[in-house]
Amino acid sequence: MSTLEVSPLAPSFRASGQPKTNDFSIQIATVNGSGSQTANTVLMRTIFQMGIPVSGKNMFPSNIAGLPTWFTIRASRDGYVGRRKQVDFLVAMNPETAREDVMNLEPGAAVVYDEPLQLRTLRSDLHFYPVPFDKLVGPVCPEAKLRKLVRNMIYDGVVAWLLSLEMPEVHKALVKQFGKRKAKAAELNWGAAQAGYDWAARTLTKTDPCRAERMNATAGKVIIDGNSACALGAMFAGVTVVTWYPITPSSSLVESLIAYAKRYRHDPNTGKATYAIVQAEDELASIGMALSAGWAGARAMTATAGPGISLMSEFIGLGYYAELPVVIFDVERVGPSTGLPTRTAQGDILKNALLSHGDTRHPMFFPSSPEECFSLSIEAFEFAELFQTPVFVMSDLDLGMNSWMADPFPYPDQPLRRGKVLSAEDIERLGGFARYRDVDGDGIGYRTLPGTKNPAAAYFTRGSGHNEKAQYTEREDDYINNMERLAHKFETMRRHVPAPVVRINERAKIGFVAVGTSDYAVRESCDQLRQGYDLESSYLRLRAYPFTAELEDFIRRHERVYVVEQNRDAQLLSLMRLEYEPELLAKLRSVRYFGGMPLDARTVTDEVLKQEGK
Amino acid sequence: MSTTITPPPSKKVNRIGLDVLNYKGSKTTLCAGCGHNAISERIVECFYELGIEPWSVAKFSGIGCSSKSPAYFLGQSHGFNSVHGRMPAVATGALLANRNLLGLGVTGDGDTASIGLGQFMHMVRRNVPLIYVIENNGVYGLTKGQFSATADIGSTLKTGAPNQLPPFDCCALALQWGATFVARSFSGDKKQLQSLLKAAVAHNGLAVIDVISPCVTFNDHDGSTKSYAYVKDHEEALHELDFVPFFEDISVEIGEGEVRDVALHDGSHLRIRKLDREYDPTNRMAALAALEEAETKGEVLTGVLYVNTNKPSFIDVLDLVDQPLATLPDSLVRPSHAALDEIMEELR
Repeated sequence: MSTLEVSPLAPSFRASGQPKTNDFSIQIATVNGSGSQTANTVLMRTIFQMGIPVSGKNMFPSNIAGLPTWFTIRASRDGYVGRRKQVDFLVAMNPETAREDVMNLEPGAAVVYDEPLQLRTLRSDLHFYPVPFDKLVGPVCPEAKLRKLVRNMIYDGVVAWLLSLEMPEVHKALVKQFGKRKAKAAELNWGAAQAGYDWAARTLTKTDPCRAERMNATAGKVIIDGNSACALGAMFAGVTVVTWYPITPSSSLVESLIAYAKRYRHDPNTGKATYAIVQAEDELASIGMALSAGWAGARAMTATAGPGISLMSEFIGLGYYAELPVVIFDVERVGPSTGLPTRTAQGDILKNALLSHGDTRHPMFFPSSPEECFSLSIEAFEFAELFQTPVFVMSDLDLGMNSWMADPFPYPDQPLRRGKVLSAEDIERLGGFARYRDVDGDGIGYRTLPGTKNPAAAYFTRGSGHNEKAQYTEREDDYINNMERLAHKFETMRRHVPAPVVRINERAKIGFVAVGTSDYAVRESCDQLRQGYDLESSYLRLRAYPFTAELEDFIRRHERVYVVEQNRDAQLLSLMRLEYEPELLAKLRSVRYFGGMPLDARTVTDEVLKQEGK
Repeated sequence: MSTTITPPPSKKVNRIGLDVLNYKGSKTTLCAGCGHNAISERIVECFYELGIEPWSVAKFSGIGCSSKSPAYFLGQSHGFNSVHGRMPAVATGALLANRNLLGLGVTGDGDTASIGLGQFMHMVRRNVPLIYVIENNGVYGLTKGQFSATADIGSTLKTGAPNQLPPFDCCALALQWGATFVARSFSGDKKQLQSLLKAAVAHNGLAVIDVISPCVTFNDHDGSTKSYAYVKDHEEALHELDFVPFFEDISVEIGEGEVRDVALHDGSHLRIRKLDREYDPTNRMAALAALEEAETKGEVLTGVLYVNTNKPSFIDVLDLVDQPLATLPDSLVRPSHAALDEIMEELR
């Protein structure tokens, strides 16, 4: 491309304090609906392409357009990609929030802002860079109605100059973002980025300490959000029936699956779909369809968030009791009720474990990364069929909707395991079967699928009392036998769920236990405690419920164990209370955060220090 | 057609060699004289006479007296007695998983016209290929005799308390929502119900059959408009119905009177013999008008109200592969290694 000429001017440093090379957070404050997503993604990708570990988090309102939104990019040479509270570099584009955004900064931070906002007068301890966006956008974007969008790309250019980002990488990121079909749009935006860069190089004097420098820590990696990774997991698990109802933050999971399935899941010979994706009328219908599809032998799923799970409660109890395989993706958000629909939480743990009336227990898998969104989703589909039960994949808004670096996903090359399903020939050989009899001692019965061509294959599925032969019963002994078998099945699961990831530090007296996205803050906090306070710690990251034996061993070998979670009521710890003896429980401590933002390491570190009396 | 059952030659068998016992279920636990038991008998006869393999049928129901009844017929078919009002979703999911199943749903007025109204509506909208029998008695039986939403205004409880709200007419609602097969019958009208059930089997789409099915225990008294006596007195048949299955010769035995044959999806025909009125069952507005008129007159209008064989079923709309999704081979449901590599490359 002929326009790919980069200004040779490098920023001159007159920065005060320590330089922050590859260790800073950029916050971009804009108005929802102003089209800043492209500019923000390009900025993040540029840092990624320069080999620097990076993460991007979108703090957005429950609104179509007009309310404030913040995008935070964290670059970390040490590979920390969790949220960091401190902002080093603010791009203030939203007049509504600009003053507050500036007032919240730590001394020494930098502010790129729209000149008319006149933010410089607010504080004297920050580095201010006023930019006349309106003047710059005119020449690069003759079409007035596009200016609102293109203007965002100017700050990419300005920030690129200030942080020493490589402009050829900005260009590459732009082309990637727009794709081949939107080459014209890419060109227009590239012009804007260049204009911003050139203007900054001519006009600004760099005074802040933030700087990017090429590394080699992202080679081979991809950038993906957790919802897309779950969708890919489902597709490569061979999902065939997907029934759903839109709800933030889970909608993009199925939307991503729709897009991928269109490309990869049509019969090459006929062009027909090897899947059904149905947008149901509500969550009651979506779970009902999915459960029944599982009953009829399909690999079936639904995706939702807390309010949807509440609606599904009755059906999921039926799924437990009638023993129907289904995978339920719960992309958690802040409750109760409507709560904060666009904020993240781990608030469905206790509810999902025991969801529905009567005695129920449900397995949950907890991915913490896109890699695990992929691999644990595949495992969840296998598990649901092997154990003939609903399985929750517990993601959250932070994991599901934000962009993460990830290693490329490994191809699942083992054949699909469909569990104990008897064919017409099996029935012929056996002369019949009892649907709910524990033949193998693992609590799991054998099932047949509707349509099996044998007069003895049928059985009657019901949510009411049933005996081993699936016949209606109100007998005390039948009911107890069945419920005890279900409990035994749950115990069998304990030996087959994904094992926790355990890092034992031989010198540690304290340990951490966490699930999902709390992982990023906990790992960073372990380092903070060691480096800053000489406090060693071990760490066990659970990947599933029911808990495995490793958790009990882990608690035993430490004096105090901090259970870190993103809810008010210590839900994960409460589940442990249901299982362990008082001696073990006495060792458990709780670290909780429930403000709706992704958990940050400092919050964990400070709380542990407080409880450790340091 | 092959089958694993070889019947003894002395017994009477259908066209696939099965005797009627293969179509029965377990013993009913409903009250003696319950209309639902008569409907169960018609279902047994229908599937037996059509020579349908019982294991190709899947039965679905919600919660209530009616929803218990699938245990009492077609014992060689898989059955799913689910949750209140949500049978449409359950049937839809199973039929998505296995398009070869012949879906038979049995529900009641409590199940369909209250909690289930939304799902009923959306199932109609999707034209899910399912026989949807509403066993309509205007009353909640299992909870001992409260009014349902199909009870007529002024109809009384056993205590004498009158119903103060107007009824939902499930047929009229289904017509308004775009249903492709709508009929009303009476559990005591053997021949008509038999023909309607068979026509519903032949229809590729949703077939709604609202069957007035009196509750002998809670709603069969004077003052009830869903009692045997009331329905017998007020039933007004639109026409006389015969069913000519695809495997029989249509040209035989037309008999007396004015006759119209409606061709159904599988090559069967519904033979409609005119009684005392002109009625075109392919005219939706006429169907709605006839229902409106009957309501005004206090008549229970029975027969096939509407048939439309032109609208695609939900399975057709989704353009699914011909084989059941549930049992597709790994090679068709898991994309290749190259596909994953391609996706990963795009994300780099």
